[in-house]
Amino acid sequence: MNKIVNKEHFSANVVKLEVEAPLIARSRKAGHFVIVREGEKGERIPLTIAGADTEKGTITLVIQAVGDSSRKICALNVGDYLTDVVGPLGQATHIEKVGTVVCAGGGVGVAPLLPIVEAFHKAGNRVIVVLAARTKELIILEEQMRQNSDEVIIMTDDGSYGTKGLVTDGVEAVIQREKVDQCVTIGPAIMMKFVAALTKRYEIPTVASLNTIMVDGTGMCGACRVTVGGKTKFVCVDGPEFDAHQVDFDEMIMRLGAYKDMERK
Amino acid sequence: MTTEELIAARRAEPWRVELRGSMKNKERTAIPRVKMNELDPEYRSHTRVEEVNLGLTKEQALSEAKRCLDCPNPTCMQGCPVGIHIPTFIKNIERGEFLEAAKVLKETSALPAVCGRVCPQEKQCESQCIHLKMGHEAVAIGYLERFAADYERESGNISIPAIAEKNGIKIAVVGSGPAGLSFAGDMAKRGYEVTVFEALHEIGGVLKYGIPEFRLPNKIVDVEIDGLRQMGVRFEKDCIVGKTISYEDLHTYGFKGIFVASGAGLPNFMNIPGENLVGVMSSNEYLTRVNLMDAANPESDTPVLKGKHVAVIGGGNTAMDSVRTARRLGAERAMIVYRRSEEEMPARLEEVKHAKEEGVEFLTLHNPIEYIGDERGRVRQMRLQKMELGEPDASGRRRPIPIEGAIETVDVDEVIVSVGVSPNPLIPHAFQGLDISKKGTIVVEQDTMRSALPDVYAGGDIVRGGATVILAMGDGRKAAAAMDAQLRP
Repeated sequence: MNKIVNKEHFSANVVKLEVEAPLIARSRKAGHFVIVREGEKGERIPLTIAGADTEKGTITLVIQAVGDSSRKICALNVGDYLTDVVGPLGQATHIEKVGTVVCAGGGVGVAPLLPIVEAFHKAGNRVIVVLAARTKELIILEEQMRQNSDEVIIMTDDGSYGTKGLVTDGVEAVIQREKVDQCVTIGPAIMMKFVAALTKRYEIPTVASLNTIMVDGTGMCGACRVTVGGKTKFVCVDGPEFDAHQVDFDEMIMRLGAYKDMERK
Repeated sequence: MTTEELIAARRAEPWRVELRGSMKNKERTAIPRVKMNELDPEYRSHTRVEEVNLGLTKEQALSEAKRCLDCPNPTCMQGCPVGIHIPTFIKNIERGEFLEAAKVLKETSALPAVCGRVCPQEKQCESQCIHLKMGHEAVAIGYLERFAADYERESGNISIPAIAEKNGIKIAVVGSGPAGLSFAGDMAKRGYEVTVFEALHEIGGVLKYGIPEFRLPNKIVDVEIDGLRQMGVRFEKDCIVGKTISYEDLHTYGFKGIFVASGAGLPNFMNIPGENLVGVMSSNEYLTRVNLMDAANPESDTPVLKGKHVAVIGGGNTAMDSVRTARRLGAERAMIVYRRSEEEMPARLEEVKHAKEEGVEFLTLHNPIEYIGDERGRVRQMRLQKMELGEPDASGRRRPIPIEGAIETVDVDEVIVSVGVSPNPLIPHAFQGLDISKKGTIVVEQDTMRSALPDVYAGGDIVRGGATVILAMGDGRKAAAAMDAQLRP
């Protein structure tokens, strides 16, 4: 179980793994995630499913090395086994034909955005993808995005590729150019917060996929809880996607910092 | 043979008659109830993994076993949800046949070493002991159960119960907690092909993630699970029925009966201001990090906050487990905050006593109304409303009423919310056609544990809400008997 059958480096710190998980490959939908544990002393971390091949019985995970656990997983090679993979978890993305959809992704959030882009495109929507990164080398999955959308806009902080500017600049340019019916955003919490603030001004319905701290991923602990519309929700079972205009991003960012001191040690 | 006939036949065996005759009842009742040795409170409040209760020595067990009068109508057995043949195992201890005693336990219980440790015997078997009617303390049935199970494990001569001829019928169990394990053991004994599906990466449910090492070491749970494996029970970890595989999938794979024992794992919060501050968490999260993920071990990748001033909100066994864990992780001040008085606390008396000995403070008749954080969003203080008791409410306990204006602020850097759990909604959502109560529990027929779906039985906390290990195991046994009656070819 959970053998790694393919590995690809997207950039220095971002790795794509194709992992054997036939049951998950068969039952997963866009927006679902898995909990992964590597090593007998390993912790359980959530990773969004970036794609699946039901014939090969594999799922695709894209991991950015940011801490001990993600570094350990990124160091695995073809033929190695992940200790535990469980899922698919969370609620699938609600996909329907709404018209024009802008999908805004930053950093490693671009990977989980891909199945959502595919699904919206298949449902007959006009899909515009805005990909953002600090610099050219960190832009991932551009080709796959182009194949599954009507337009891809690239934004880099330093202007080394595409247009210089933030993801919000790219999204706003689209909004000013044409009618946008829905926005989807996945990336660092701070990025999603600003995308939400922007689309709220234009009253465009927006969905954000939240990436909180999780332990079990099945609703039994509440480590992932966030405030949405004034109510406490568990991201792992009620989400991970929520109405971005209702999410208390400041509280979420604060809670993401809970173990910062320990992680640094 | 009926149970009554079996009890009588065993009681009539020559060795047993002789044993009964070897001492007068008066002499037996004159023996004082054994006191179990415990680790020193000061020492144990700083050691995370050592068990507090040390078990009985051989001499203690032999002496305690003599106290049992070997009643012709053993009422203690009626107090045991899984119907352990109590006098039979105790008399085997009295005659020194400890391994034989362990075998008797395993006839009806899949987890004797677990139950001997965590059952509330004072409310179950021991509450029905004949000694109580005569004004004496009950026979320490739980201690003796633990002794026999531990003796067998340590002897290395672990027996496997007899298995009926395989009948080739496949049975699925959803969840590997006490209800699921008890059911699996009983069905394996009857010759069924049993597969247990577990969502987590460890088998055991609350026995692993909930109850701490100092009350129930994981390795003891593992030995009992290994026993089930040897009986042919298969375990599939990391598999969530309703997510990874569906109800329909189970049919496709040929499962003829399904026992749902998915528990009550959803933590309740109080929905008061500041409850989402960093440092405020459910007891499920706290205990899962420490017990399942071994987070207090520096070699573990999972972190856990170690507060200096820790408040645990609630008065149940989970609250006691949490507060005693906090003390062991270095809390200088570990507090129970409970809105009623100590008399109404649902926790076992032994747990409350142990917590107090270990230096836990009890703020009874206090209820949190707000948590206050610092600029980084970390909890720093809690505001507590003082309470007084009014008339009894629907639960029969006196209702706590706020004393107007009596509000106290206490410094805390960690808060663990332990105010109950709700049934896991996964199966109720994934199995179309189940009858679900307003509280989210699965409705079953009381005698058979059968749900509205003809091939689905359910038991434990998914049927009862938050209850005990032994009641969950009793449900498993009952469901196994009923499902067997339905499916037996």
